[in-house]
Order: sequence, then structure tokens, then C-alpha cells
Amino acid sequence: MDARRMSRAVPRVRQVGFFTPNTPAKQPQPQSAAPCSESPPLSDSPASNSLSPVMIPPPRHLSDNLGGRTAAVPVPGRENSGELPTVGSYNPSESVLSLDSPPRSRIGDEELSEGAESSLGWYRRSDSAKFASSLPSGGFNLSTAKHPESVAAVEAKNPLPEQSEAQKEQASSSKPLKAKTTKAERRALQESQRAAKAASRAEANKSGTPGGAPSSKPMKQPPQKKDGPPVASSIAASERIGVDRSVEKERKKDLPPPRKQFDDESRGGRAKRRSVLNQPEARNRVELFRHLPPHKNGTQLPYLGSKFFELHEKHPAVYKVGLQYLAGDLSGGNARCIAMLQAFQEAIRDYSTPPEKTLTRDLTSKIGGFVSFLIECRPLSMSMGNAIRFLKSRIARLPLTLSESEAKTTLCSDIDRFINEKIVLADKVILRHAATKIRDGDVLLTYGSSCVVEMILLYAHELGKQFRVVVVNSHPMLEGQKLLRRLVVKGLSCTYTQLNAISYVMHKVTRVFLGASSIFSNGTVYSTVGTASVAMVAHAFRVPVLVCCEAYKFHERVQLDSICFNELGDPDAISKVPGRVDVNYLDNLTDKQKENLELLNLKYDATPSDYISVIVTDYGMIPPTSVPVIVRGYRKEYLLI
Amino acid sequence: MWWRSASFILDRQQEQNTNLPPNPESLLLSSPPPSMADSLQNPKPDISAYYQTRAAHHAVVTSDWLAQAQAAVSVQTNDDVSSGSDGRVAPTCGGTGGDNKTFSVIDEFNSWRKQPDLAEAVAAIRALAAVIRASQATTMMELEIELKKASDSLKAWDATSISLTAGCDLFMRYVTRTSALEYEDFNSARYRLIERAEKFGEISYKARRIIAMLSQDFIFDGCTILVHGFSRVVLEVLKTAAQNKKHFRVFCTEGRPDRTGLRLSNELAKLDVPVKLLIDSAVAYTMDEVDMVLVGADGVVESGGIINMMGTYQIALVSHSMNKPVYVAAESYKFARLYPLDQKDMGPALRTIDFGVPIPSKVEVEKSARDYTPPQYLTLLFTDLGVLTPSVVSDELIQLYL
Repeated sequence: MDARRMSRAVPRVRQVGFFTPNTPAKQPQPQSAAPCSESPPLSDSPASNSLSPVMIPPPRHLSDNLGGRTAAVPVPGRENSGELPTVGSYNPSESVLSLDSPPRSRIGDEELSEGAESSLGWYRRSDSAKFASSLPSGGFNLSTAKHPESVAAVEAKNPLPEQSEAQKEQASSSKPLKAKTTKAERRALQESQRAAKAASRAEANKSGTPGGAPSSKPMKQPPQKKDGPPVASSIAASERIGVDRSVEKERKKDLPPPRKQFDDESRGGRAKRRSVLNQPEARNRVELFRHLPPHKNGTQLPYLGSKFFELHEKHPAVYKVGLQYLAGDLSGGNARCIAMLQAFQEAIRDYSTPPEKTLTRDLTSKIGGFVSFLIECRPLSMSMGNAIRFLKSRIARLPLTLSESEAKTTLCSDIDRFINEKIVLADKVILRHAATKIRDGDVLLTYGSSCVVEMILLYAHELGKQFRVVVVNSHPMLEGQKLLRRLVVKGLSCTYTQLNAISYVMHKVTRVFLGASSIFSNGTVYSTVGTASVAMVAHAFRVPVLVCCEAYKFHERVQLDSICFNELGDPDAISKVPGRVDVNYLDNLTDKQKENLELLNLKYDATPSDYISVIVTDYGMIPPTSVPVIVRGYRKEYLLI
Repeated sequence: MWWRSASFILDRQQEQNTNLPPNPESLLLSSPPPSMADSLQNPKPDISAYYQTRAAHHAVVTSDWLAQAQAAVSVQTNDDVSSGSDGRVAPTCGGTGGDNKTFSVIDEFNSWRKQPDLAEAVAAIRALAAVIRASQATTMMELEIELKKASDSLKAWDATSISLTAGCDLFMRYVTRTSALEYEDFNSARYRLIERAEKFGEISYKARRIIAMLSQDFIFDGCTILVHGFSRVVLEVLKTAAQNKKHFRVFCTEGRPDRTGLRLSNELAKLDVPVKLLIDSAVAYTMDEVDMVLVGADGVVESGGIINMMGTYQIALVSHSMNKPVYVAAESYKFARLYPLDQKDMGPALRTIDFGVPIPSKVEVEKSARDYTPPQYLTLLFTDLGVLTPSVVSDELIQLYL
């Protein structure tokens, strides 16, 4: 016990120092979800012992976001194969890692939860980690309340009968090990009973209720329970850490999924298997960008439409938005984000918690499922990632005393507030700031079609400022024409030109206004492809470049180039010119010839901060170097809302 | 008596109708004025009040000028510049002190401003503290509104002064920020406000000392420092360095048109610091010998750049291209929420320039008194918050205002 207490201090120290507070809990999780690791006994216990926070985000996403379809499948089988050899090496690791047992027994609900790690520890831990990570408010640890439910959940997803057997097996196999202590015996007994209960759905239901009752009662406890072991000394502190930790988790979990490397064989294969859409062939794609998800064009619409009734777990509103993304009807960061949030809102309104599940957890995984569907239709933008993160943190932070309908209305109004405060009002503030930088006689240049820039131009026009606008456009998207039309209709005097002529028109320009899809914390602006060249030319001509971007699009990631993370557009879009039949040089190539041709249609590029004079955001005008301050402040703020 | 109210009015008028017919007389300034008082006697309307004050502080202030100033303060409401101006002055000043009170922030501010060692922003801070003290408000809301009014009128008094605006804004933030005030009863809250205001004034007052201490690490024996313009902080820094028995020499630019460099060289000569005077155009010529450039600032803007006396930008450019460090000594109350994108992106602060010979009226004269130095040309800022890189300025400002 003493030894345990000693070692318990270790993670505590790490918690304070750096953001590894949840690494011990988290580490086993990717393992449990990753079926491809070769030597479980070796890789498991050292990994859970070692400090190195080896984390592989994609599996977690896989298990969390895709919830039902794939995650659980590998788990039991793996448990089965992995557990028996592990047992021997597991026990020491437990004592070193100092699992949560001692403090929990101190807390007093030992007979409820104690059984967990003694017999089923490995499995349970991984399980809990999964839940904790999918449930940021978390703090629920391996309490009994969770357990039957988790088992039930696994079973629901995966009606393999071996589940219960696996558990029994675990129980019996670990029993002798722990037989020295009577407590462990008790635990094991309990565990096996529980496993037996979980074996059948009906029984799981039954045990869910007694299990569920304590779960709702000690809901207040979870943070203590979880942090109790490491912190034990001050509960207030531990609660704070619990919050931080859940924040961390949330953040990690919501690392935008496009980080998935699509050229990775194994994962790519899995992605393909579980995807709703057919993945296009990876042939004829530029080598350097093979890691990016291939473009899915609208030709799959009918196919997806036909699958409508198969994918019933997708809410129709979400489905509709996804199809709109896919077809390209919805574009522009704000529009996409608002559409997504409103779809979620609708889905939340129609949501009802399934029996023996809690709203927080089930809804989070539901949302995760929606998100992964949307990602399949089109990779998320950073802003959407931030919005999702916000929503999930809101769900996680719902007071547990709320009834379901109250919780739903709270969430809906939270979403409304997010849209209103972070997008609509933010835009208004940006307008006002940016308009102060427009003087009479200015020539303003803008690239592509950014809705904020459009609003700024119209607003300045309403203020009666005399200025001219140069709209620069580039080929595949040609979205600048939309902007141009709206500006001309409102009576602004405009010049329209292609990106090729940028160095020619830049002479006369006095200000460059650009929109952004996201801004990274090193000040890099991630925006429509071509923005970087506009900014660079402007910088070379010493024209100030103003980037207008709402603060919710800021992202804490650092990115140095446009290669690591980007989005691929339709390659055909650049090889064909719509409406020009005479431009047909690339038509009628034989397959052999086509092999020599790689088409690259990137959607975004990264503009280094050197080329940006100012970022106009809802917090005012800031230099690109101050983005991290906003990101930090923002994170705090949207957690506090 | 014209200067205070007239410039104030003109500042306002310029905003409304920029085209005042330029006084032809002002262009024909012929004889170089032996003292500042002389040039002050010339009623030149388009002069920034801020630079007037600076001129008064930095150049020789004649006693009769002071007397006139005092008189102006006492009879402010019936200034005899023009009847039109009275109409403008009266409501603004009346609005400041409240309708039923005789107290006026502007008066208070002016009386503080007279102290030659007191920065304008500190004067403003003290004047605002006096507003709290003199206030007869009975609720926090009232007091806050009153304070807001007072600071607005102070800011309007001289829109060209960045440090005045920034000082007022900072004071408002600093004093009214905490929500803890809401839970106290009014009197103790008010007392706390006064306390805080005084503390803030004290901090601001001591800022110069702190900066001087902080910057000592950067002045090494045998170095040559190029100084532009007259800045009290810079003088304090150099004075402290001299007191610390550091061996260094100073190159002073002449600082046309108000010859602030001459004044600084005088001060330094008194301290037995070796000084060399340069004409403003000799900066690049001498830059090879220079180890560092040290300038003050009228305002530090959000980008991390500074707004300072005309010529700072070009010195920074030259030293940047020759890889010499450029240090800025500035108190934190000069941090302003401005973001100029280029030189013309600021409200103009105009001043008279005398060329020694008559200038034909057809010839245009650039009269701007200050320029903007972008942050990429600055190395470090010495402030009372510490030694900062330019990018930290905006971080500080964001934290302060958000």
C-alpha cells in the first residue's frame, strides 16, 4: 500500500508539469482499439508503464466517432487473445502504475467498483479510457455504473457471444493472481458475477438499473473518483485538474481528423471499409499529396441518396448537409459551419436517450458519428472542428441534474449563441474595425470570395466611402465572380482580373483584404489557394495585407507549409474548362498516356505570417504574432460560456 | 492664450472640415526663432497641442508664457480667440465636470500638465483621479459615466496626443475593471477606486525609473548610442548609465524642426557624457560607428511599432539595413490601441516648420510631426513591464483590454 502511495505521486507530478495528466489512463486505449499491434503482452504493459505518450489519434477517432460501426469489433477478440499472456506481466505493471484501487477503497464505494482493475483491470482500464476520452466532463472512472453499460454497449454493437466468455475467462485467469488478498477475491467474485450479468441483454438491462442508480447518484463524485488517486490531498485542486484534463482530452480527441494519412496502407484500407462513400481511385494523384483524402465528387450523390434508408443512424438534417457539402452547394467556412451546427441542433432536438445510456455519453458519440459522416462528404474546415469541439464540451459539461428535455434545450440555445456570438456578431465587429482602415480614394484588392470581405466592402460603401475594388479570381473555382456580381449590383466600382495579372494591378492597390479559412497559432493564414501568392505580391509591392477572420477560426496548430494538411479538389476541374470546347488538349488521352499525367487541384494554401500586416478579428486588429494569445483566451472563454 | 483652445478647436475643425485656408503668414516664417516662446507667439493654427506641450516642456519656457498659460486656465471659458470658439469650448468643458459642478478635468489636467517633468499621460491620470475624488456621484454607475465623460473630454481636448488617449484608456481599464467592486457599498468602492487611481498614477510616475534600471544591461562600456529627438525616458536611461560609471558616447541628431537634439545634447553635456551632434541627414553616414539606436516614443501601437518624432522611421530603416539594434524606451501608458498600416494611416499631427527663408506659397510643406516605425525594424522595447519584443506589445494590450 505504501509503495502504491509512493508511486501514486508520480503521475501527480507529471500532471502538474505538462499536459500528460491523462496519459496513464489514455495509453491503453489506442492499444485496445488498434487490432494491428503484433505482440500484445510486450507492447501492453511497457506501454502503460512508460511515460512516453505514444498516441495514435486515428484509432481513437475510429472508436469514438464511428461509435457503432467499427470500433467495438476488434475489442473482444483482441481481449481474448491478448489477455491471457498479459496477465503475468500485467500485475507488476499495475502496482507500478498504481492503479486507482487504494484511493477508491478509501472513498468507500469499494464493493461497487473495486473489482474493476483487479480482475479485469487491463480490459477495464482500456475501456474506461475510451469512455473517459469520449466523455470529457468525464471524470467517470471505472465505476460499476459504467461497467455494465459499457459491456452492454459493446455488445449492442457487436453481438458476439464470446464477449462474456472473454470476461469470464479474464476473471478466472486473474483470480489466482490476486488470490493472496481477500479483497481481490471479493473483487474477482463480483467481477465474474457482473460479467455473467452482462452476458445477456436482458440481464444487462436489469443490472443496468442498479448500476445506473449509483451512477446518477455519485455523478458529482467522478472527478474526485478519478483524480482521487493521484491527488487525494485536495479535492478542489483535483476537480480543477479534472476539468483541465477533460479539456485536454477533448482537444486531443478533436484534432481534426484530416490528419489521417491516406497513403497509410492499413488505415486507408480501414477507412475505405467503413466509409459510406466509395473512395475514388488513388491513381493519377500527385505523389506529394497522396496522404490527403481524395476528392469525392458529386457523382456519388445518387449512390448516397440510395443509401439513405440504410444509414438510419444519420439524422436527415445531417444527411442533407453532408450531401450539400458533397455536391459543393455549400461553400465558405461560415456557411458550412452554420449549416453543420444547425443540422446538429435539429438532430439534438429529435434525439432521445436510449435506455440505460446517459445523454452526455450517447449524444457525444452520436455527434461523433455525424461528424465522421460529414468528414466523408468533405474534410472539415478548422472552424468546423472548433465548433464541434465547442459543442462536445458543452455536452460534456451539461449538469447531470438536468432532465433530457432541459439538456436538449440548453444545447440548442448554446448552439444558437455560438452561431450568434462567434459568427454573426463577430462579423459585425470585424466590419467596424476593418472599415476604419478604408479611406477615400483607396483601391482595395480582394481575392476569391470571402463573405466577411464582402460585408466589409458593402459596409464601407454604405458609410459613403469612395473607393474602388479589384476582385482577383483564379480558374477552377471562379467564385470571385459571385462576389463581383453582388458588389456591382450594390453600386461599387469594380475591376475584375485573373490571378495571373496580379503583379500588374498591384501597383495601383492601396489595401489588400483577404478572408481566411483558419489562422494557425504561428500566424500562418490558411486560406483559399492563391491567397498566398496575392499576399506575397502585395508584400513585395509594400501594400498592407489585411486578413479578416473571426476568432473562432483560429487554431492552435502550427503549420509551416500547405502540404501536410490540405484538401484536394476535383482533379478534372482543372483539366477541363467549362464552356470552352476548343480547349480540349487533355481530352482523349489513352490510359497509358494518362499514367504520365498527375493532376493536382489543391483547395487551400498557407500564407506565412511575414506577408500579413494585420489580422482583423472580433477582438480587434492584432498582428499575426498575437494569434496564440487569442487562441488561449478563446479556449478559456468558450469553456466558460 | 490662443494656443490651448485654438488648437483644440482646430483639431476638431480639422476633423469636420479639413480645408481651413492655410494662413499664408505661417508659411513665411523667416527669422529663426531664438526661443520657443517666440515661435509660440506666432499664431499658427494647425499645430498639434501635444507637440505644443512638448515644446513647452523641452524648450525654454519663458515665465511670461507660463503666466499666460495660467491666465488661460483661469479664464478658460471666456477665451478671446474668436467668438465661435467660445461656443465650442464652453459646452465641452461644461460637460466634463458635470452640470452642477465647477470642477473641470481639463483645468485639472492643465494644472498637472504644467509640471515639466510630468508626462502628459500621467497628468491625465492624475486629473482623472481628481475627478473621482471630486465626484458627487452616489452610485458606481454614475461615477463610471462621469469618469467616462471626463476621459472622453480629455481625449477630445487633444486628439493628436497618443499617450493622452492611451493613458485615459488604460486608466479606465485599470480602475474600473474588477467586478469585485460591485459587491461593496459605494463609499468603500469609491475609496478603492481612488486608491487604485493613485496607485496607477504612482506606477506611471515611476515608470521612467524602472525603465532606466531595466535598460542598464544593454548599455555597455565603450558603446556609441545614436539618439533621436528628446525623450525624457531616454535622458533618464542615459543619466542612469552615466551615474553607473558607464563609458559611452552619444550621437544626437539635431532633431529639426524643433531642435530637440540640441536640447538633449545640452543635458548630456551637463552630465559629462561625450556627445556629438549630427544633422538629421548624417544618420546613415555615421551609422557605421553606432552600436545601438535608442529612441523614445510618443506612442506604442498594437502592432508593436512606435509612433515617434519625424525621422525615427528612417533611422530605424538605416540601422536595420546595417544590422544595428534599435531600442525603444517607452512607458507602458503609451501603449495605444491603434494599428497604423502605413505612414498616412494616422490622424495628422501638424507642426510649423521654419526653413529660414521665405517659402513661396505654392510650395507645399510636409508638416507632419511624427512618423510610424513598423515593428520589424525595432529590436526591443524597454518598458516598465519589462524588456519586450515588439510582438509582446499586442499581447499585453489584448490581455489588458479583453
